[in-house]
Amino acid sequence: MINKEQPLLMDQSKKGRKAINLPGFGVPETKLPDSKFLRKEIDLPEVAQLDLIRYFTNLSSLNYSIDTNFYPLGSCTMKYNPKVNEQIAGINGFASSHPNQLDENIQGNLEIMHDLQNELGEITGLPAVSLAPLAGAQGEYAGLLIAREYHIQNNQGNRNIALIPDSAHGTNPASASMAGLKAVTIKTTKEGDIDLEDLKANVNENISVLMLTLPSTLGLFEPNILEITKIVHDNGGLVYADGANLNALLGITKFGELGVDICHSNLHKTFSTPHGGGGPGSGPVMVAKFLEKYLPYPHIKKEGEKFLQYKPEFSVGRLNGFYGSFGILVRAYAYIRSLGSEGLREISENAIINANYIQERLKNHYELTSSRRCMHETVLSASKQKEDGVKAIDIAKKLLDEGFHAPTMYFPLIVEEALMIEPTESESKETIDRFISSMIKISELSKTNPKEITNAPLNLPVERLDEAQAARNPVLTWEKQ
Amino acid sequence: MSEIPKNLKYSKDHEWVEINDNVATVGITLHAAESLGDIVYVDVDSIDKNLNQFDKFGEIESVKAVSDLFVPISGKVIEINEALLNNPEFVNEDCYDKGWIIKLEINETKDLDELLDSEEYEKII
Amino acid sequence: MNNSPYIPSTDSDQKEMLETIGAKSFKDLLNDVPEKKLLPDLKLKEALSEQELVAFFELMANKNFASSAMSSYMGGGAYNHYIPSTVKSMIQRGEFLTSYTPYQPEASQGTLQVGFEFQSMIAQLFDMEVCNAGMYDGPTALAEAALMACRIKRNNTIVVHSSISNKSLEVIKAYSKWQNIKIINYDDINNEDDSSEYGCLLVQSPNQYGEIEDVEKLANEIHAKNGLIVQHTYPISLGLLKPPGQLNVDIATAEGQPLGVPVSFGGPFIGLLTCKKEFIRQLPGRIIGQTVDKNNKISYALTLQTREQHIRRESATSNICTSTQLIGLMVAVYLATMGPNGIKTIAETCYHRAHHLASELDKMDNFKILSNNFFNEFIVESKVDIAKVNNILFENHIEGGLDVSDKDCKKIMFAVTELNTPELIRKTIEILGENLD
Repeated sequence: MINKEQPLLMDQSKKGRKAINLPGFGVPETKLPDSKFLRKEIDLPEVAQLDLIRYFTNLSSLNYSIDTNFYPLGSCTMKYNPKVNEQIAGINGFASSHPNQLDENIQGNLEIMHDLQNELGEITGLPAVSLAPLAGAQGEYAGLLIAREYHIQNNQGNRNIALIPDSAHGTNPASASMAGLKAVTIKTTKEGDIDLEDLKANVNENISVLMLTLPSTLGLFEPNILEITKIVHDNGGLVYADGANLNALLGITKFGELGVDICHSNLHKTFSTPHGGGGPGSGPVMVAKFLEKYLPYPHIKKEGEKFLQYKPEFSVGRLNGFYGSFGILVRAYAYIRSLGSEGLREISENAIINANYIQERLKNHYELTSSRRCMHETVLSASKQKEDGVKAIDIAKKLLDEGFHAPTMYFPLIVEEALMIEPTESESKETIDRFISSMIKISELSKTNPKEITNAPLNLPVERLDEAQAARNPVLTWEKQ
Repeated sequence: MSEIPKNLKYSKDHEWVEINDNVATVGITLHAAESLGDIVYVDVDSIDKNLNQFDKFGEIESVKAVSDLFVPISGKVIEINEALLNNPEFVNEDCYDKGWIIKLEINETKDLDELLDSEEYEKII
Repeated sequence: MNNSPYIPSTDSDQKEMLETIGAKSFKDLLNDVPEKKLLPDLKLKEALSEQELVAFFELMANKNFASSAMSSYMGGGAYNHYIPSTVKSMIQRGEFLTSYTPYQPEASQGTLQVGFEFQSMIAQLFDMEVCNAGMYDGPTALAEAALMACRIKRNNTIVVHSSISNKSLEVIKAYSKWQNIKIINYDDINNEDDSSEYGCLLVQSPNQYGEIEDVEKLANEIHAKNGLIVQHTYPISLGLLKPPGQLNVDIATAEGQPLGVPVSFGGPFIGLLTCKKEFIRQLPGRIIGQTVDKNNKISYALTLQTREQHIRRESATSNICTSTQLIGLMVAVYLATMGPNGIKTIAETCYHRAHHLASELDKMDNFKILSNNFFNEFIVESKVDIAKVNNILFENHIEGGLDVSDKDCKKIMFAVTELNTPELIRKTIEILGENLD
């Protein structure tokens, strides 16, 4: 393995080197502000252009990515990020488009946003859509703000509780907390379905919303969904669906037809926009028609042949500086337009078949969390392997050595030694078979030679990190050696 | 199975307490420390506060988890183990001695009836 | 039959997999979905081939006013700056573009080391001790900084200085609505007898109209009232102006877009959030730390994760999860490309060109400069309707400034950057001088 260690830029820096030439002022100089406002020196690295390019290029080669590796990170939907979408987002008319222009000068952008609002509304069955939220968590927050405002307008401002299943993603209670809602946990069954008795015991006149992930964080479809949404509605609450797992539902079923009032979607998951190492994302919020007047602003509408931005009557407010993550919206819209209705349904169909295939072939090697058919992802437990001293984290690290990015581990919290596998529809059967072979090999190794797993990874640029040290003595910026 | 000191009392939340006259020393048990993993930070924001038995007095963090800390006995928090600021790993290395977390000034000891002795604590873990 | 290049499974692949699964058809896998809600009709627009797709979007882009970034004076929170070729080439690398949050640090050292460089260089630019890995955008970073300050001081009052843009204030209100936060204007507290304490004072410098504020004076004032000072700034200006770390600032934020990110109709952008080291446990967002692996090799990992939602859940410092890592890469490459001399030159270029345009406009009868002590954005009072001013420029393929008129006064705000060439400025002066009599 070539040593790819890369010293930091400040350690490579040499005075006098430069990576770019800049033009002169070209105008008469004006007296600078008073010296008390002026900076004396700046500490930044000085490197030549080739060294800079070589540095970042070599760093990139240290990453696993969808473009290079199978990346079955459950609940993250690591599907192929089409190159044509990158090209489209880079069109000058979009990339150079300043957001403070008057509506009449940006009709193309507003039309794209308006059409995307409609397409997402049709896909989810929740027709009123805001593209403003900049990530799923912000979409959740927007959804909760909408629920609170709705209740206030209906003289039910006392409603201050969010019911959240114990299997929920951490952003759910965190968003509830930001919205001033008390998070009350609802029990789920071993298979992650809502415990109906526990739900009934906890609904009352103080509940604002029930926050559900559908399919659940165990990758299963909630069989009692219609009864659940009815229970909540009968008690005056609203139902919020976390759409992180929407890749299982495109053309399969619609949130709006299941009794959901509000949902969000992650464009960087279901709609193929690139994950970027941790963003940018986009988290549009979709609501039933009766909630449209609460959407964040600016919202886009069409009047005659013109597209306009406006502030809905009881808008919950402004969530960001401009319109949302427009470059990401363009990519998502391009993806939807390249597939159409039938294409999107095929996406979910293949995502579900691929996940079930993995579940079926691994069921004799790893403990399943359910015997039911999964949706687009399957959650396995490494509880059998734990008896031999091999935990989920060890299996994850060994998979890295096998050339695969690991699945999501230790989530959902209700499953012991969880490994959440989401292949997506992007993967060929050959890739999936190779992954399955590695998983089976690891399962056998855990009996015959567990050390080979607990010592992993051995084939990567670095081996296991001392994360305790990173947290005990945080070194968060470059320090002079 | 590691030794559970017999001279200490234990709460169901895995804190231990040692009484010397009117000063109680509190920490977390080995079981708790092992469950959390490598401790990276101990946060006590209740210095000089009077707390009732089982009130929260702080938080303890490992790399992947955070846990609330509860006083096993009523009293006033009079001292925090400053050494843990730079060496939180003392809790992993020796949780019953140099890994102590706080000291309380206590008035009465009847709260101790609510706690477990070493045999009873061993049963619950 | 799968009709998409994005789905490799053929009919025979599917058949084999379904056989292995033991299902007769795909529909057999959907037994948990209520029958009458299954497989609804989707009435979406018809699918386009790749070629048709590109043509469609080119058409859409042409419905926008066709300015280029080089002939625009538009500012107000997003700015046209030169984006070096190094930035554009790096973000096309699939290894950066298509990876995700570094949950497995051993397989993500690229993303992590870039993030560490980003944190380091922004901390250097701001001369602050610590920087996180990025927030959504400037206004949300400012909102989260205000909430962070209130948590640190255990005081829920946010004092807002008039320098803060109206948009940012709207975002702060949306974020703080349910947190029992009180927002008051700075002008309402400027009373020397006042012994009240506050959580924080928010100040923007250069301010929403481009002018430089006396941040240090405001810092001393709020510190005397036991509050923290949060400065929201314009990162390019830090090539010339004293950075927050030298102004006694506790938390400093900014919109990072000017540092190598296209204006792209408002996003994706990146929020910069920096602070003093003593506050790191209250910092929201991802933070990357340096450590070693088991062979003592220097490496990087997400750290202090117990602040975040996936561990702390309802007690997290924020609900933020996915953020803006790729944009952070762009900023890191930009700063490394510019270096200390480049960023200084860019800042000075912006300053001199802006002041030159301002002084030339001031000489004209129709215009009067209202701004004092500004960096590169300034307000001009106009005798002519702003729409007319912008139309004249428009006809010459120049994107004008922001209309900031109020009921008493016609005003236009110009932002001038290194992209506005001396020739463009000369032409602008000529056009406005000749055509507005």
